[in-house]
Amino acid sequence: MSAARRIPWMKYASASNFYPLANRLVPLFMGLAIILAVIGLYIGFFVAPEDYQQGNSYRIMFLHVPAAWMSMFIYLLLAMYAIISLVWRVKMADIMAYSLAPTGAMFTFIALLTGALWGRPTWGTYWIWDARLTSELLLLFLYLGYMGLYSAIPDRQRASRAASFLAIVGVVNVPIIYFSVIWWNTLHQGSSFSVSEGASMTSDMLSALLLMALACWAYTIAVVLRRAQAVILERKKVALWASQISKK
Amino acid sequence: MHKMLWKLFSRDMTLFMHRKQDVVTVLGFFLIAVALFPLGISSDPELLKTIAPGAVWIAALFSTVLALDRLFSEDLDDGTLEQQMLMPVPIALLLLVRLIAHWVITGLPLVLLAPLIGLQFGLSFDEIVILTLSLLIGTPILVLLGAIGAALTVGLKSSGGLVTLLLLPLYVPILILGTSAVSSSMHGVDVTAHFSLMGAALLVSLVLSPFAVATALKITLD
Amino acid sequence: MLEIEGLAVEREERLLFSGLSVKLSAGEGLHIVGKNGAGKTTLLRALCGLTLPATGVIKWNDQDVTEFREAFCSDLLYLGHKNANKTELNCRENLRLALGIQTISDEEVGDALHEAGLGMLSHLPTRFLSQGQQRRLSLARLLLSKATLWVLDEPYVALDYKAIEWLDSILERHLKNKGLLVLTSHQTLTMSSTIRVLNLGEQHA
Repeated sequence: MSAARRIPWMKYASASNFYPLANRLVPLFMGLAIILAVIGLYIGFFVAPEDYQQGNSYRIMFLHVPAAWMSMFIYLLLAMYAIISLVWRVKMADIMAYSLAPTGAMFTFIALLTGALWGRPTWGTYWIWDARLTSELLLLFLYLGYMGLYSAIPDRQRASRAASFLAIVGVVNVPIIYFSVIWWNTLHQGSSFSVSEGASMTSDMLSALLLMALACWAYTIAVVLRRAQAVILERKKVALWASQISKK
Repeated sequence: MHKMLWKLFSRDMTLFMHRKQDVVTVLGFFLIAVALFPLGISSDPELLKTIAPGAVWIAALFSTVLALDRLFSEDLDDGTLEQQMLMPVPIALLLLVRLIAHWVITGLPLVLLAPLIGLQFGLSFDEIVILTLSLLIGTPILVLLGAIGAALTVGLKSSGGLVTLLLLPLYVPILILGTSAVSSSMHGVDVTAHFSLMGAALLVSLVLSPFAVATALKITLD
Repeated sequence: MLEIEGLAVEREERLLFSGLSVKLSAGEGLHIVGKNGAGKTTLLRALCGLTLPATGVIKWNDQDVTEFREAFCSDLLYLGHKNANKTELNCRENLRLALGIQTISDEEVGDALHEAGLGMLSHLPTRFLSQGQQRRLSLARLLLSKATLWVLDEPYVALDYKAIEWLDSILERHLKNKGLLVLTSHQTLTMSSTIRVLNLGEQHA
């Protein structure tokens, strides 16, 4: 706890300081997310011109690409919190990792879904075993594995440590998986480039993408903070029960 | 200390002697799983040659996961796992020995069966050699990596499917490497690079995996 | 010599105990008492290094046990609730395995099993033994072990009167030989040596 006092913002490593801060931040970021998303989608769907190759169907990229970015960033963030939780045993870090996972999985799923929807008009098929989509699929398994392991272990302390360790092993693996899938893809002469590389970008498209990316970030912050608050309440409840039982 | 390690190795061997049927089950599973591919897809000889590397490797993968279950679960239940963690030898070394023993018992038989399966799929002699070699280097890697998943999930009631889910992302690179080594050789491509990579992966796993498994076990026993 | 300083252990969000400090010297025994759930087993496991404590330092012969793990483990013998025997192996094989690095002659193994009342059963796989017999088999290692610190969790469970007396004599012999003992037991101890008592209930956070 002395380490926490030395670094000012570390006081939020304590759940009781975190909670009111989260309360203030959540509506702020949710509002920001909505505004950014509306602007971004407007530009993406109405202002940006048609792509000379893909017509209007490329517009799903404004959902697909930010979702894919988020799915990867969130996993990195999760792994970082997992390291902090495992090595320095900061409980708030574990709560953050645990709260990030479902949102990360959701973005991975959206990336896969929109990737498939994009694939249909572009390649004539809903699914394509290219490097990016296949890696995205494996990333989904990494998220599901983390959440699955966490919920399968009844002892919460062991669950958090096991899942954190798994996340660390996973993040070390992500580049290995990515490169092996790329290599695998070249071996089998699959699609020569993935769907997201088809479009050449105008400045409108770029700004729409960035706005959507920021909107996703804001949304993630809001949702994850809210989830973390719920987790804190849940665990305090359990701790209260446990201490009441032991007093009897 | 060497005595201790040898004792551990022979302990696993002795236990295997008493429970041969466990290993027979795993081997049986391997053979059946491989047979499912021609049964489920097609027995066309050309097609069989194409899917042979994948079929054998995937079956080996699932067999390894099946066999990993017995690595720690019994020892956890009867308390001997704790005693192993308290031995005055570095835990990583202890685990390395146990993993090698485990591979000798459950992985090596798969490698020895590979030529037979190669014949079933109509592979030529050279192709069978490459297939067997790929499994010889690959199955230890599968055991070394799989033990991490096994250590994290030992004792859990739901562990069967969960371990597979956890290990799949870890296994994909090895699967790709192993199968492409065989299929590339079938197309006349030089596979020294593949095997060098696999050899490197084996060395890295031999060095790093025992530490990872030790950490995972400490988390489990906490 | 065993030194525990400021030990605190958490389980399931709950601090079981904190600020536990004890010194144990050669020839001394410590009996840990407390209600169910007070953390006796957890304390023993934390002592052995099986559970990571929240805070605190454990020193064996002035060396931190986390840094000098192997030196500590070679002096340590731990018996938990489970018997730590492989059911497929026979008594002899199990006893040899339990003693780890130590070299023991067949004669010594035979003598130990005989003293444990398992002489006639030594070649039988342990799954054929009764609960009490299996317990006596795990205790047989106490006869041959060269470990100085014995950490025993409920060692008297499943033992009949004769076996309890037998265990008492082993523990007393160990203490007389400058060994250290930490144990938990729900029953009142019948040993003649005096053993310090540590009540976990009074160590609450």
